[in-house]
Formats: sequence, structure tokens, C-alpha cells
Amino acid sequence: MASQNLQSVPAELSPEELEREQAGQAYFDRIISEDSRIEPRDWMPEAYRKTLLRQISQHAHSEIIGMQPEANWITRAPSLKRKAILMAKVQDEAGHGLYLYSAAETLGQSRDKMTSDLIAGRARYSSIFNYPAVSWADMGAIGWLVDGAAICNQVPLCRASYGPYGRAMVRICKEESFHQRQGFEILLELSNGTPAQKAMAQDAVNRWYAPALMMFGPPDDDSPNSKQSMAWNIKRFSNDELRSRFVGMMVEQVKVLGLTLPDKDIRFNEETKKWEHGPLDWNEFKDVLAGKGPCNAQRLERRREAHDDGAWVREAAAEYARKQAEKEYAA
Amino acid sequence: MTAPVNENENKDFSIEGHGDISVGVKGAGASGDGSASATRITPGNALRPEDIALEIRKGQVKPSDDVAEYALRIGDDGLILAQRLGHWISRAPELEEDVALGNIALDQLGHARSFLTYAGAAWDKSEDDLAYFRREHEFRSAHLFEQPNGDFAVTIARQFIVSHYQFELYKRLTGSTDATIAAIAAKALKEVDYHRDHSAQWVLRLAGGTEESRRRIVRAFKLVWPYVEELFEDDELTGRLAESGAGVQPSSLRADFDQLTGEILSEAGLDDELALERIPQSLGGGRQGKHSEHLGYLLAEMQVLAREHPGASW
Repeated sequence: MASQNLQSVPAELSPEELEREQAGQAYFDRIISEDSRIEPRDWMPEAYRKTLLRQISQHAHSEIIGMQPEANWITRAPSLKRKAILMAKVQDEAGHGLYLYSAAETLGQSRDKMTSDLIAGRARYSSIFNYPAVSWADMGAIGWLVDGAAICNQVPLCRASYGPYGRAMVRICKEESFHQRQGFEILLELSNGTPAQKAMAQDAVNRWYAPALMMFGPPDDDSPNSKQSMAWNIKRFSNDELRSRFVGMMVEQVKVLGLTLPDKDIRFNEETKKWEHGPLDWNEFKDVLAGKGPCNAQRLERRREAHDDGAWVREAAAEYARKQAEKEYAA
Repeated sequence: MTAPVNENENKDFSIEGHGDISVGVKGAGASGDGSASATRITPGNALRPEDIALEIRKGQVKPSDDVAEYALRIGDDGLILAQRLGHWISRAPELEEDVALGNIALDQLGHARSFLTYAGAAWDKSEDDLAYFRREHEFRSAHLFEQPNGDFAVTIARQFIVSHYQFELYKRLTGSTDATIAAIAAKALKEVDYHRDHSAQWVLRLAGGTEESRRRIVRAFKLVWPYVEELFEDDELTGRLAESGAGVQPSSLRADFDQLTGEILSEAGLDDELALERIPQSLGGGRQGKHSEHLGYLLAEMQVLAREHPGASW
């Protein structure tokens, strides 16, 4: 598989290699123009591979780190049914992490390497998980708003040009839809409950609304990578476009909940036919991204601890497998 | 991935597609299928706690006091263990184990919910009344279930004992004269069979892996084995239930338990080193509500939110 960058090192290629690269590029360009799919063994530009690897591994890390705020409430869930739903949900997230790491591995990087990048602080994950889940209602708000925003982002990714990613996203989106409905239902139950429960629900929506909107990424005029990703059919809609659609959906659903969104400026712009929202604090977004969120250190430390504490188990499993293979070979 | 998953793949590219975030309010969660998850396969015709609760409301089933007490014991075992195992999710040695331990916790919780729902029918209490509003001495779980997770080896050793015990118990309870107990056991049996396999595989791996893993699994078994005897103790209640055919004498499970666990421990080469027969057995008392120091903390955490809002619906 070609691993050199056509743009940067063509001079070093032999004529045969150059021909192969050019044929590869032509094939790639055709696949993209036909809106068809690139598969792991196909030639692809190095920058495409890198972009995907970054995006898929970040997505995988987000699933894994995203388990923590919800795992925080498993032992305290206020009914056994809710406890079961929450456990199943967090378990689904581990599953999503696994599919995504597998998809990323098809691009030539091992899960071990991605994990070590994560715990060394060299990789990113969705910034929203650096906020704390301080009340039970946060389980509702995370499901409704955070998973809801994630779905808006992810549904178009089901037809991302890279096959393994698109296919992983199909399954993930199905489960995420279920999660989002569960979150909505938690809030609905709280909102129709005691005044204390309703206040808990409103407080959670107030805290998660803006971070959820910022999950779509910076505004379009400040999102340098978006254009290339859209040209490569990885990304299908711009950040602002997705954000606007999301706001439009939430504004209807919040009415059913009997709660309000903490944004007085939401309106439907008749001219652009788009939903608009109030200003978001992008400085806070950048701060949290830069490690200044309330839980950045805690989240990474938990991941590191689980990884380090589990090292002897993984070593034992590998050693046992080696010995078994040896036995079979000898037999 | 199977065909139904792919069918949406190419035809619906819109944001309102299959991963939609519409919330059909009536549909959202109304199925009550709380544990539904695409990563979890429930074998057989899953009997859900909601189904049992419905039968109770319709007056179709009601346990005798003895059966209710018995269901309470078995349900408490599962509940307390699920609470312990739930702590592993996001902390396991590898992602596959986050999923596996989460699955086992979910299964245990599912069994517990069914048993507690059924037990509660005798006293007009819901599963949540029983889980969240009883005090420490009212819980009937055996001591093994409340033992702390420890390291992965301790969790595996505990699970190895539990799942072999539960396998023998549920196998027999599928023939219970109480139809609800038999139905819950039939569902649980299939799941516990998988738990047994999971823990047995890890016992073999840890015993036959590295020096460190062997040292840890040996230490783990020594730590949890004192709580084995209690699982197999008979008392008046189990005597009456064995007589009626609704339950079994715990002691009647012991020979099969010893044989099956013995086979794995022997394959793992641990039997001599552990010398299990020489490990002193704890007095137990969980079935009478006498617990170790661990249960109080576990319940405090589990019950805190529900107790802050008595009477609230979630």
C-alpha cells in the first residue's frame, strides 16, 4: 500500500512508483466524484488517511472518555430500571469505542498506539466530557442534548467516503438514537415529577445546552479543516448548518418536556430558512479544549489508571495465549 | 454486520435518517425494555420484570410468603453483585472487559429485578421499594456478593464461585413448582452459563499467564473462598421449599459445584496450591440479615438519591 505523500515527495519516486501513485490518485478521485467508497486496501492520499485517522480515533476516544460522566451515576441510579438502562448505555459506548478503534486500525494504526496517545494527552476527545455530571438529571440532559447533537453530527457520517467508518457509524447511530430517546424520557419524567425533580431537570438543561451546541465545532468561518473534509466526502454538512438544524429540533422538543432552553435569542430566520441561536462562549470552548475544563485531568487520570491497573491482566492474557499456541504447535 | 443494518446505508442520507433524534413521546421508553441494547443478546423469550409486575397487577400471580422470602434472597444476591460489578464499567483492564463485566452486571440486575418484583408481590411492594427503602439488616444476600471488587483477579474469583453456584441453583429451579420462579430461572440459567464460561476462561488465563497473574489469582481465591460455605447452608425455609418443590436445599447443589469448579481449578493447576478444603469458612448470616461491614457503604451509595426523594417517580 502506498504510504508516501504524492504532493510532497514526487521527486523521490521511481517512474514505476510514480505511475502507480498517479493511477491510485486517479482511482481515488473517481471514487470520490462518484460519491462511492474507499476501502482499506485502496490507494488513498496520505492527507486523507491522516485526516480520517485523526477523526476516527478522536471519535473513539470520545466514546471511551464519554463513558465516565455516565458511569458516575450507575451506582446511584434512583430506580433499578434506570440503573439497567444506564448500564446498557455505557456498555454500548464501550462497544462504539471498539468498532471505531477497529475502523481506525484499518488505516494502519494499532489500538495500543491510539490508547497511549490518549493517556499521554497527545490525542483529543470531545471536549464536552470535561464537564461534570453532578446530578441525576444530567443523565437525561446528556442523552437528550449531547447524544442528540452527536447524532446530528454522525448521521451524515454513515455515508462518509471511507467504508469502514461509514459502516461503523450506521450501527452507532442506531444505538445513539435509542440513547437520545432514553435521555429525553428521563427529563420528561423529572419534568412531570416533584418541583425538586423539575428544577433538577431545568438546571441540567441549562448547563448542557451551550456545550452541546459547541459540539458541532467552531463556526464555519473559523473551521479550517472543514472544507477539505467536505471535498473528500467525509463531512457532508458544515458545522453551522448542523448546529442550526439541531437547535430547530431542540426548540420543539423542549416544549414537550415542559422545560426551556437557556437562550433568549433562538429564532427561525424566515429569509435564510434557518434556525439561529444566541452567542456562544467560544473562549470557554477553547479553554476546555486546552485542558482547562473542570474534569480534564480527572477524565484522563481515570483512563490512565484503568489502563495501568489492567496491564498485568493484558500481559497475562497474552502470555497465556502464547503458551497455548506453543502447546498446540508441539502437539 | 447483518443485512438489516446495511439497508439504510445508501438510501437515506438525510439528517432525519435512521439515526434520527425525533422523540415519539409516546414511544420513548414506553416499551419498558430498559435493558435493550444492540450489543446484548438475550437468549430465549426474555421474561422481563415488567411482565411479572403486570401479572401481579392483574392478580395472575402471587408468591406464598415462603416463596417470597426465597425470591428475596436470590434477588438480593443478584442486586448486590450487580452493584459491585457496575463499578467496573469504564475501569476494566481492556474495553472488551468493560463490555463483558457490564453485561454480567446487567444480567444479574435483570435477574434481581425479576426476583424482587415477584417477592414484593407478597407484601405489596415494588422492586424499588425493596431495593431502595430497606435497611442493611433487611437484606438477605450472602456475604460473598457484597465482597469488594478488589483487583481484577478478586472480581474473577468471586464471579467464578457465584456463577457456578447460580448455574446449579437455576438449573434446578427451572423445575420449580412455582411457575414464576421456574420462568425466571430458565432465563437466568442461559445467561449464567455464559458468566461461568467467562470466569472459567479468566481463571485459566490468570493461573497460566504470568507469575504475577498467578500470584494474584491465588491470593484472590484465598480472599473470597471463606464465603463459599454460606451459599450451601440449608435452613428451615429452604427445607420447607424443597419439600413443596418450589425451591431446593442449597446443600444439594454442593457436590456438582465442587465437581465443576474442581475441574477448572485442577486444569488451572491451582488445586494443590490453594488447598481450598483447609481455608476456614466464615460464619455467614446474610440470609438472616447479618452482614459484613461492606454492605452499609454499598447501600448508602445505591440508595442515596432515591431516599432524597421518597415517593418520587423516575
